[in-house]
Amino acid sequence: MRGRTEVIVINTIDTVATALNPLKAGATISVRIDGSVEKIRLVSDIPKGHKLALKDMEEGVTVIKYGEPIGRTTAPIRRGEHVHVHNLASQPRKGESL
Amino acid sequence: MNFQGYRRPDQRAGTRNYVLVIPSVGCSQGCAQAISHGLKGVICLPNILGCGQMEEDRPIVKKTLAGFGTNPNVYAVLIVGNGCEQLTPAEIAKEVAVTGKRVEVITIQGIGGTRKATALGKRIVKEMIRDALKLSREPIPLSELILGTECGGSDYTSGLASNPAVGAASDMLVAEGGTVILSETAEIVGAEHLLAKRARTPEVGRQIFAIVAWWESQAIAAGGNLREGNPAPGNIAGGITTLEEKSLGCIYKAGTSPLEEVITYASCPTRKGLVYMDTPAHDIEQLTGMVAGGAQIVTFTTGRGSPSGSPIAPVIKITGNRNTYVTMRDNTDMDASKIIQGKETVAEAGKRIFDEMIAVASGKLTKAERVGQRDFAIFKMHPNI
Repeated sequence: MRGRTEVIVINTIDTVATALNPLKAGATISVRIDGSVEKIRLVSDIPKGHKLALKDMEEGVTVIKYGEPIGRTTAPIRRGEHVHVHNLASQPRKGESL
Repeated sequence: MNFQGYRRPDQRAGTRNYVLVIPSVGCSQGCAQAISHGLKGVICLPNILGCGQMEEDRPIVKKTLAGFGTNPNVYAVLIVGNGCEQLTPAEIAKEVAVTGKRVEVITIQGIGGTRKATALGKRIVKEMIRDALKLSREPIPLSELILGTECGGSDYTSGLASNPAVGAASDMLVAEGGTVILSETAEIVGAEHLLAKRARTPEVGRQIFAIVAWWESQAIAAGGNLREGNPAPGNIAGGITTLEEKSLGCIYKAGTSPLEEVITYASCPTRKGLVYMDTPAHDIEQLTGMVAGGAQIVTFTTGRGSPSGSPIAPVIKITGNRNTYVTMRDNTDMDASKIIQGKETVAEAGKRIFDEMIAVASGKLTKAERVGQRDFAIFKMHPNI
């Protein structure tokens, strides 16, 4: 376990982290957020460069990366779960059809 | 600070010294290609437009072709027409002539066929090259540089490394009094509020929202939406889930400078500093628009890898993906992946890009130039008729 280089959290208010290497379900990783270290147990495999949830989220919740909204959850997501097109979707502004 | 460039009669300065052959219409492209074939320093634009465009598209085509002629990376211009086309070679020549550079026109119908036109064209461009070679580089302040910024084939590394590093370089150029163009409107969707916040005036901020709304309305009118196909499959495989996520990573290229103005496709910036050009996110149409607007150099960030290059402007390819840098060495100039590994800061990588920009502006060839990638495509809104 190499700790700090496994995932990166860009902004302290982000609700997702980015995996810098492929990670396996069941592994416990260390996440550095603003100087402090949190341990997160992965509940699914995370491909390299993909996102994992830093906290439990209900369906319909806004996901934050870069300190800004990147879309809304389309299913409940558990802390340590892979976050991608299967459970996160773009959130069009009012007036824009989908 | 200076780069070594070519001073033009209109006092603008180029990073390259090309003779440009412009087919003013698709029918004359073959002849224009034949003229430039085998001649070092002569570039032919692979233009297929110039006839059969609808009213709204005609001025864009003219402006883009003329913009390539007026770009200070070009020493002199030969325009090759067929003779009966909508956009006459003389119209383009008139625009280019304003710069004081040499511009000549020939038409295939006027001369009597491709062979004669090719022979005459070759004589003209050989003369032009001979004169171009007499010119030498001289110190030019960086404040005269217009940098186009672009990203294509993004993945998770783009927003973490290459785009923030280019942003740091952009800030350095703006601090030198230079100009940086940010563009590709479909890929600021979800991040437009951050750009609007940085606008010099409330009106400039409103323009940012207005251009996003225009592209959204176009997409809806065409029965889709901007999020259809964007992120592209490669972006998704590379870890990008939504357009907002892609856009937030994209706009890092612009650094932290105030947004001075919003300009239309292929227009020249009227202010120094950071400007926004309303272009498609289509890589080649975007690149073409920025170069037509006077960009003499471009940085192009990529995660998955991109071969794109411009006919007349050096394009510096930068990736934050170590694997892409290794596997696409032919196409990729710089590796910014050490940022992700924590072995280089964004500021350090930005300084390396800034230094490379000066070297390339002063004549160092980019990978895209070495492999001969010279892409050209004009944005238009309607089908040809």
